[in-house]
Amino acid sequence: MSFPRTGAIDCDIHPAVPGMRTLLPFLDDHWREQVTLRGIDGLDSSSFPLNAPANCRPDWRANGAKPGSSLDLLRAHALDPFGTRAAICNCLYGAAGTFNVDFAAALSRAINDWLVTEWLGREPRLRASIVVPIQDPELAVAEIERRVSDKRFVQILVPAAIEAPLGRRMYWPIYAAAEKHALPLCIHAGSTFRHATTSNGWPSYYLEDYVVMSHAFQAQLLSLIAEGVFTKFPNLTVVLAEAGFTWLPQFMWRQVKTWRAMRAEIPWVDRAPAEIIRENVRFTLQPTDAPPEPDQLAQTIDMIGTDRTLLFSTDYPHWQFDGDDALPAGLDASLLRKLLVDNPLDTYPRLKETVA
Amino acid sequence: MSQSLLDRAEAQQARLGLIDCDVHHALRSPKDIHPYLAQKWRDHLATYGSRRPAAFIGSSPYFKSAPALSRKDTWPPDGGPPGSDLKFLQEQLLDRYGIETGMLHLLSISGMDQRNQEFGAALCRAINEWQYAEWTQHDRRLKAAIVVPGEDAPAAVREIEHWAGNKDFAQVSMVTHTIEPLGRRRYWPIYEAAAAHNLPVGLHTSGYNGHAVSATGWSSYYAEEHHEVAISQQALVTSLVCEGVLARNPMLRVVLVEAGVAWVAPLCWRLDQHWKRMRDEVPHLDRPPSSYIKTQMWFTTQPMDEPEKPEHLSKMLDWIGWDRLLFATDYPHWDFDDPETAIKIPLTEQQRRMLFRDNARAAYNLD
Amino acid sequence: MSKHVVALAREIPPGNRKLVTVRGRPIAIFNIKGEFYGLLNRCPHQGGPMCEGVLTGLIQSEDPGTYQYSRAGEILRCPWHGWEFDVKTGQSWCDPEKITVRNYPIEVAPGQRVVQGPYVAEKIPVTLEEQYVVVEV
Repeated sequence: MSFPRTGAIDCDIHPAVPGMRTLLPFLDDHWREQVTLRGIDGLDSSSFPLNAPANCRPDWRANGAKPGSSLDLLRAHALDPFGTRAAICNCLYGAAGTFNVDFAAALSRAINDWLVTEWLGREPRLRASIVVPIQDPELAVAEIERRVSDKRFVQILVPAAIEAPLGRRMYWPIYAAAEKHALPLCIHAGSTFRHATTSNGWPSYYLEDYVVMSHAFQAQLLSLIAEGVFTKFPNLTVVLAEAGFTWLPQFMWRQVKTWRAMRAEIPWVDRAPAEIIRENVRFTLQPTDAPPEPDQLAQTIDMIGTDRTLLFSTDYPHWQFDGDDALPAGLDASLLRKLLVDNPLDTYPRLKETVA
Repeated sequence: MSQSLLDRAEAQQARLGLIDCDVHHALRSPKDIHPYLAQKWRDHLATYGSRRPAAFIGSSPYFKSAPALSRKDTWPPDGGPPGSDLKFLQEQLLDRYGIETGMLHLLSISGMDQRNQEFGAALCRAINEWQYAEWTQHDRRLKAAIVVPGEDAPAAVREIEHWAGNKDFAQVSMVTHTIEPLGRRRYWPIYEAAAAHNLPVGLHTSGYNGHAVSATGWSSYYAEEHHEVAISQQALVTSLVCEGVLARNPMLRVVLVEAGVAWVAPLCWRLDQHWKRMRDEVPHLDRPPSSYIKTQMWFTTQPMDEPEKPEHLSKMLDWIGWDRLLFATDYPHWDFDDPETAIKIPLTEQQRRMLFRDNARAAYNLD
Repeated sequence: MSKHVVALAREIPPGNRKLVTVRGRPIAIFNIKGEFYGLLNRCPHQGGPMCEGVLTGLIQSEDPGTYQYSRAGEILRCPWHGWEFDVKTGQSWCDPEKITVRNYPIEVAPGQRVVQGPYVAEKIPVTLEEQYVVVEV
């Protein structure tokens, strides 16, 4: 189908840091020297091997350059073909994975400064997630506060698999800041490899790691809800990016069933988890993980119980579709309108204020 | 939940010979297996005891919702923990529901995840001897699983060889929280032996391996962990498929126990979608991952999924394939599914037969 | 609807319960701090025997990490899946509108009133001096 020109909002694209060299101008003297002296480089996430076919569509590769590292190509590949009005940059370079939390904070700051200079400042359609050192919630809050006044930062970015589940109280200062500043929390596919990628150890294949990433997301949702994050921060929105979403209905069923039995263990969860998910949680569109028949996809989405859940994304430059076939078959015009425009505007108040 | 849904579920449950693919018998006490353990291992059991990679000697670090994880009304009147009294189990489960075959899964004491592997192997043998002598020989409706010390593949194969051909044992079982994902090559000889002896492998969520309960660390609550263990079964399926265990052993049958079923369809979709882009990494798979799942794997239904709209469950089961489903009660556990009331969707005659009996006959090669 | 004598009040002291059958229905009678309540002995979820459930207090919280405990002994947990029901009303805690266990009006009647009728007392011999638990079914 040809892509509808409705001024779509793309909620997940990946500008890529070419290397630490690119970030040197954005580090202070101390860290610049440390990076240079010690040869610190290569912090691309293991969750996205650079040359794996899935991580860059063949026709989006430019000779030699790291996929996602060129603004011109991003415009030509991800923005113009879809008539995109705004696109949210999720930079996956490895700040969240380092053990030295001060370096994580410095690197996060440098990445965010680099995003402002090289991306947001050069292309008015772009917005960004604030990269934060999730390893140290206090330092993460400091980075959030630093960016709040720049409305082009529209959410906070963390990887899906980290050291402890995101519902834990130690992360709550981040959610207080997020709720206060109307910044959704974006949990994006990727692991910091603090734990095996499954609860049964390390799979052999990248294909497995990628598929089971949806389980890390499920663990995060279980945690955020069970720990009462949405009771404490009822206006917090959480976006699951590059998570897949067709697993959501059965996940909701099972979580509600468990809650009915175990409510007294987590008494601050005052309504069925499915209601909380419908209200406070969103999912980007790619990957669609669609069933074999188009009508089955529409039925699966219907099982979620609301049309507010999905947010359009291309996941550029990851290879989730061919041509401009970013939208799966079987979705009616009303749902398409919601996911392309209405849901993103609803989800990102700061983007809504500034979008053309 | 309306009374009429409950009534409908009961009305349509005919008293066929029902096959229950998950029944938990239990030791009355560790002493029950003494007759089947050499003296040195009896001593070891009494002194160093069961040592697995978990914090407490006498408890899971995730406190369960009920003592012995069980329904309150399953404690035998003559003493012992739920599932330990054959007579009471016969009355409360087998006779009560007209069960023609019950597949036994022993959860504790466990041999496979013992950190002392020699001890673990001895325990597995003792458990199998005990099951045969004191359960399956006393009620021919009950079938045991050959429990094997799967982290030591040669020892596991020896255990399979020892019991193969004995009709009291319907499958080979391993714990599922393992040191490596169960599709990895260190476990392959076990699948080869099971397939060679025409025994399905039954994988019931269980065990400790020292890995965090999720890929992002440790949950705080049983309300999370109870769901997590089902999610980890999905990773197990992914492993068996992607590592080629099913592809390499086309005669191997695998039964996944106590993970529920509704997740099977979306996992198939996700596996197929990403395999398309990454099939060069797994050349040993010559067809889409879901095709292995839909021909060589079966899934017990408990805990039965309960969407707000029952018709959603009907659709999901259609998308999985009715031939993959095996009814199970999980007696005596608290999240038990009652055969008369757990299925709240209308079933055709054929679906009912498949779910409650015929699929199990196929999966387990029962005659 | 008719009123049925099911027990002597003194055979069900506070905190205790008794399972009775009235007009073919299994009904669990609870004495909660001197007041009697009757619930159908079938959980609306899968039919579990409510009379064998545990009576607990109610745990609530508006602030994660804090726990407010009240109504000790008034919440009945189904012995199977542990769903919580208000023993006084039969309403579930997780979905009080849609998930309920049928409850029955109970009164305690002195023998003198019982013999005047129109109570049904099939199995319990009635004497004037005693108090009786009466279920309306």
